[in-house]
Amino acid sequence: MDRLVFLLSTGLARGAVLALFALSLVIVWRSARVVNFAQAAMAIVAVYAAFAITAASGSYWLGLLGALTAGAVLGALVERGPMRLVPHDTPLPGMIVAIGLVMVLQSGLAIGFGPDHRPMHAPFSQRPFLLGDVPVLSPYDLFVLAVAAVVMTVLALLFTKTSLGLRLRAAAFAPETSRLLGVRVPRLVTVGWMLSVATAALAALLLVPTELGLNPHAADLLFVDAFAVAVVGGLDSPVGALVAGIIVGVLGSLVTGYVSASAAPLAVLALLTVVLLVRPGGIFAAREARTG
Amino acid sequence: MSPTAKTTLRALALTLLAIAATFGLDPFRNYQLAVAAGCFAAVAGLTVLVGLTGQLSLGHAVLMAAGGYGYAIAATAAAEALPESLAESGVIPLLAGLAGAALAAGVLGLLLGLAAARLRGPYLAGLTLALVIALPSAANVIPALSGHQGRSAPFFGVPDALSALIVVEQWHAWLAIVVAAVAVTPLVVLRGGRAGLRMRSVLGDETAARLAGVDPRRVKTGAFTASALSAGLGGAVLAIATQSVSPGAYGLGFSLLLVVAAVVGGLGSIGGAAAGSALVVVLPWLVDQLTSALPAGFGQRLNGTLAVLLFGVVVIAVTAAWPGGLAHLRHRLPWPARTAEPPVPVQNTER
Repeated sequence: MDRLVFLLSTGLARGAVLALFALSLVIVWRSARVVNFAQAAMAIVAVYAAFAITAASGSYWLGLLGALTAGAVLGALVERGPMRLVPHDTPLPGMIVAIGLVMVLQSGLAIGFGPDHRPMHAPFSQRPFLLGDVPVLSPYDLFVLAVAAVVMTVLALLFTKTSLGLRLRAAAFAPETSRLLGVRVPRLVTVGWMLSVATAALAALLLVPTELGLNPHAADLLFVDAFAVAVVGGLDSPVGALVAGIIVGVLGSLVTGYVSASAAPLAVLALLTVVLLVRPGGIFAAREARTG
Repeated sequence: MSPTAKTTLRALALTLLAIAATFGLDPFRNYQLAVAAGCFAAVAGLTVLVGLTGQLSLGHAVLMAAGGYGYAIAATAAAEALPESLAESGVIPLLAGLAGAALAAGVLGLLLGLAAARLRGPYLAGLTLALVIALPSAANVIPALSGHQGRSAPFFGVPDALSALIVVEQWHAWLAIVVAAVAVTPLVVLRGGRAGLRMRSVLGDETAARLAGVDPRRVKTGAFTASALSAGLGGAVLAIATQSVSPGAYGLGFSLLLVVAAVVGGLGSIGGAAAGSALVVVLPWLVDQLTSALPAGFGQRLNGTLAVLLFGVVVIAVTAAWPGGLAHLRHRLPWPARTAEPPVPVQNTER
């Protein structure tokens, strides 16, 4: 029982990070109709920027701000640069360009900073609180949950309550009509990419202190898990990303705890396969049949 | 002469030519040739899959690994089960190993193909990506794959009749060339025949294809399985050349390199696949040779990474500016244009 409580609580924290990263995939899917396979590499570039800023200034918070900025800038650069070079009427060229980007960014980081794992310190203690004598969430886990909740609320408000959000949704759902109505669709696609990569950078920044350390490949597994989350939740659905993130996070934690750590990626693969075969649209997106 | 016979003859001629070429190479070049032949089998499968059906697989390294494991397990089992006199020559364990490779990769490919038939674009790519990431875990969980250090594959020495003539690397290059030819020739036949036409029709317009009596699901599943068989034999080739198969050798980086080879060669083109696989084997080695001249610390960082960086840039450039890849080059050279080739769309993609 104690073990279950511990595993559920660690799964919850990891699930929040997964949900945040999956949300970034949902944002870029909704605004540009692409699955960005370079999301992990781009996020890690932003985390390296945060690492450098924190190392130079000594402030975690400046680093966090740096990660968000670097993510947004990188999102704009990639969308305006390589992604504009290829046609988007089919998904294949965009995916191949993203794969090229992954190779460029990750090997560029390895050349610039070396392939070692660099330890990254969390701003709060990672020693869990004891509830009775059961270890539950640590202060850092609570921080992660709080940040994830705040960011998701802000994004939800942005998309549903503001003029920018309305234009973003319009540009994504009916680009032609929106353009006729005076919405600057290309600019909003760029904004979607900026929001998306900044969110992904934040998720990766929150993840790295709980793992081995900072490395060009530190977010690869996060991307795969988050892709599974986004598919399980439905690529269109932010709520789906949240719920599925928690589900996958807890599932991974339970499998790690009760079976073995190496079985967790297999469990995610199995879940992804089952959902794709049984309900390819995801559990929370029932609105429309999805075409690639 | 029927097109199939023509293709077979051409494959035979190219195989003999490649075998003759091994005499001009030193042992290390022959080893590289064997590796390139293994990659060629996999890349040919991938390029037919992506180019003709538009399904992007990021997981062909896992299919190669399945072939490698199937080869290692079956060849070892056959060598142990046979009496000494039969096992000595190595022919039967080798064939058993190849059958094991085809079986393992074929079954995995069929399962993936069944999934692929229901999925489109990014979903299939994501699923195959998850498969690559899960390979080390699978190796740890499934006892037959012997964890992260992997299995050793039986060693086949030079037959006595040839031992005065060639060394072991050259012998392995021969085996690699023959196996690659056996793997790729059916793909060429498939691509030029009815099956290829069906794949193109499904890619072009699925509804129209269905109206014309083509079942898109069967075509996609079949294409994936055929592609997996070729990749599995490619994995067997690598297992022959390196005498080992481990999950570390078939990671995400290698899987992406296979995609690079297919894209750079030109999606859908078998000749391009050969050029692309030679490139992904030779360029990293060449770059490492050059960087080893640099001061130790910096050279070490560039070792293995600079080539990947270059490949990334090349892939983006090719996709953006030159979607036909290296295969496109042929049409620009003043060689007699071949008219038998069915017209291939410049960029084969899925709707």
